[in-house]
Amino acid sequence: MEPVLEVKDLSISFTQYQGGTRRRELPVIRNLSLTVEAGQVAAVVGSSGSGKSLLAHGILGILPYNSHMEGELRYKGQPLTPKRSEALRGREIVLVPQGVTYLDPLMKVGPQLRGGRRDAQAKARSRAVLERYGLGAETEELYPFELSGGMARRVLIATAAAQSPGLLIADEPTPGLDARAAGRILGHFREIADQGAGVLLITHDLELALTIADKVAVFYAGETVEEANASDFSAGRLRHPYTNALWNALPQNGFTPIPGAQPWPGEEGSGCPFAPRCPRRTEACVGEIPVRSVNGGRVRCLYPEGGERP
Amino acid sequence: MKHRLIFTGKKLIRMALLLLGVSLAAFLLMSASPLDPLQTNVGQAALGTMSQEQIAKLEEYWGVNDPPLQRYLGWLGDFVRGDMGTSLLYRQPVSQVIGQRLQNSLWLMAFAWVFSGLLGLTLGILAGASRESWGDKLIRGWCLLISSTPTFWLALVLLIVFAVWLGVLPSGLSVPIGVDAASVTLGDRLYHAILPALTLSITGVANIALHTREKMIDILESDYVLFARARGESKTSIILRHGLRNVALPAITLQFASISEIFGGSVLVEQVFSYPGLGQTAVNAGLGSDLPLLLGITVVSAAIVFGGNLIADLLYGVVDPKIRRGAARA
Amino acid sequence: MKSFNRRQRALALLLFALILLCAVTAAGIVLSDQAMVTDFSRKNLAPCTQFLFGTDWMGRDMFSRTLTGLSLSIRIGLLTAAVSAVIALLLGSASALLGGWADSVISWLIDLVMGIPHILLVMLISLAFGKGFTGVVAGVALSHWTSLARVVRSEVLQIKGAPYVLAAGKLGLSRGAILRRHMIPHLLPQFLTGLVLLFPHAILHEASVTFLGFGLPPEQPAIGVILSESMSYLTTGKWWLAVFPGLALVGVVLLFALLGDQLRRLLDPASVHE
Repeated sequence: MEPVLEVKDLSISFTQYQGGTRRRELPVIRNLSLTVEAGQVAAVVGSSGSGKSLLAHGILGILPYNSHMEGELRYKGQPLTPKRSEALRGREIVLVPQGVTYLDPLMKVGPQLRGGRRDAQAKARSRAVLERYGLGAETEELYPFELSGGMARRVLIATAAAQSPGLLIADEPTPGLDARAAGRILGHFREIADQGAGVLLITHDLELALTIADKVAVFYAGETVEEANASDFSAGRLRHPYTNALWNALPQNGFTPIPGAQPWPGEEGSGCPFAPRCPRRTEACVGEIPVRSVNGGRVRCLYPEGGERP
Repeated sequence: MKHRLIFTGKKLIRMALLLLGVSLAAFLLMSASPLDPLQTNVGQAALGTMSQEQIAKLEEYWGVNDPPLQRYLGWLGDFVRGDMGTSLLYRQPVSQVIGQRLQNSLWLMAFAWVFSGLLGLTLGILAGASRESWGDKLIRGWCLLISSTPTFWLALVLLIVFAVWLGVLPSGLSVPIGVDAASVTLGDRLYHAILPALTLSITGVANIALHTREKMIDILESDYVLFARARGESKTSIILRHGLRNVALPAITLQFASISEIFGGSVLVEQVFSYPGLGQTAVNAGLGSDLPLLLGITVVSAAIVFGGNLIADLLYGVVDPKIRRGAARA
Repeated sequence: MKSFNRRQRALALLLFALILLCAVTAAGIVLSDQAMVTDFSRKNLAPCTQFLFGTDWMGRDMFSRTLTGLSLSIRIGLLTAAVSAVIALLLGSASALLGGWADSVISWLIDLVMGIPHILLVMLISLAFGKGFTGVVAGVALSHWTSLARVVRSEVLQIKGAPYVLAAGKLGLSRGAILRRHMIPHLLPQFLTGLVLLFPHAILHEASVTFLGFGLPPEQPAIGVILSESMSYLTTGKWWLAVFPGLALVGVVLLFALLGDQLRRLLDPASVHE
């Protein structure tokens, strides 16, 4: 079966000014590749400021005007042109955004759920979808400022679930929630995937992502450095040094911090952006780094763990 | 409900205090003026026809016998009782002069206020919604040009074009010359108000349009509009469903804040067109050192401005669900 | 041909406006004697190559008079805007830094000044100072500080409460050092832009109040005076007496607005994005 979403060599850059009147192109995402299969939750994990949200905006075709996108996007086998993503977004491809600021502060929840339709069918549907997420009919009459953090998150999921989508993109859907509430919210995404949709979960929280994800793409300084199956993590089959470091930084795995910091967009040198912090780097790491398949996953590293050393 | 009443009460008290401040400030400024009404107007017809009592009042407020604060308290005492003194120029009670002139001006200002508000809002929304398009550039350029143009000069240019060159509109006054007051029709009045109203409206549009445009751009860059786009809403739907709704609150503030500006503009416009409204009267009062009248006009105009602010605050409570619901729950 | 980016264009426009304004100011000072010369042999001339803006009923050259008037307007605009901005800075930061009753009193004062229609307030203050140059300068300077004061107040409040400033205080940085290293760099761009955007208002209100007869005296060739005098001659078709001086004033005000706009564009951190 064809994957729901294929992203190949996607790059997104911005035009910016630096120090007065000098203009430059600022690459935020470079050569990103990943696939999402139907019925699967694919997580994109990366620290804050690594340009993850732009991936969602790029797929939906709603990037800001000063940005520039290159690369290949395919939805269910067909290229995702700007025109096609405009036709599909909100129906086939839906977004669950971060929080309550993504709801119109002056519109009641009901009309926002229905997205402009006023017929009885739309009303029945919005009632049903609210109920599915444990929200009563009275929620329709509330304004966004009257919702609690958890309620707002469930309303946002309801906007997406009301559409029976083929692809759901969740952009950091859990910040500000405690572990239990976050777990419940993620459970809803698993449910949607189990019903046949592809779910792309964008998050900084590896631990939480692993609770529901089938596979994980690790994002570092605008690049995917590794695509791994979720089971690879606990089985110790990780390939990229950064993924390993990320895994070992989790409290239950030793809480080992990595020295250094992720470079800002535009400040990466040539070659592997993780090289300055990498224990396995050599001089060759400043050159071109190809993506290779290792142990059923993909990795962008010259010396992946578990791969034979050249 | 109780919450709203307390809110309104607080606003009213603040407004009263502000008015008190305005009258005190205006009184002190006029007392400080080297242009003494008794000196300027001595021997003039005005003083001759005033009663002994009225002249005594005048001296009490504007003379040099008492310290200024004491004189102010005397004026304030009379003001509270409804006596704003006697105009030196018009030889009538100030309240009567203001009442008459305000009626003339109110027509003009109300028209300009409504017209420029609606047009400014529409242009601002259009410009903001089609940012950086030629339409936006045209509207923005026009507004920049108008806000850089002195109101009185715009009035002069319109006067040259419509009254002198084309000769289709009268050059001034609110009624035809030489026609007695009884036979002036409503049509005459409207005909004479066209140019002043047009000038005031044109100048009022710029500010409202530019500010509405900024608000509209902020709204279109918000998270909730981004999400609406992600949900497949069309540009038109976004502007109609989210844009108009969210621009309404700042529009109320802008519209009521423009009262002060319209009033200021009317002073200049009425002067150019010799339109006998409150603005022209203010200029006459100032030039003729008719301090009781000028003071009265200042207080009345400030009361209108503060009243506008109060209405805006109260409307907010009705329109903004945060205040409405917040109050209901408290 | 090399194409310029937006910031380079902004810088060029800013310099262009600045140079033009300086040129007008200088030309007005040079021509000020010529502006007073009367010659009845050339009175009421329509615009021609010799007298670009025509002449008036006393044969005075309207071009020299207009430039002299503009120069006067610009200089008064600079003076009043500067005084206004200093008042705004002092009251705005006092309001934010002192807080409590000082904040309430200053906020009340701002509301009070904003409550009186601008023109009326300038008239009143000008009257208090006996009209003329002092009157109009005091009037404009004392009535235009309110919105900038509000901006300064909210900016200072925002910086004062910002985590990095609180942290700097906890780390033992002195108040002076915090002021120098955090407050001034943050406030300066806002303040400068606000100052430049005050010019257009100051110039327009000076001209308006002078036009009404509460400002500069009639013997001075100020734009307000020129336009006020022209009123008596408009019905007899001497349109050039009003049209050119007014148009020139609009031009000067536009240049100041352009200056402020470009300055904002260059100083605004958000404008790093194209």
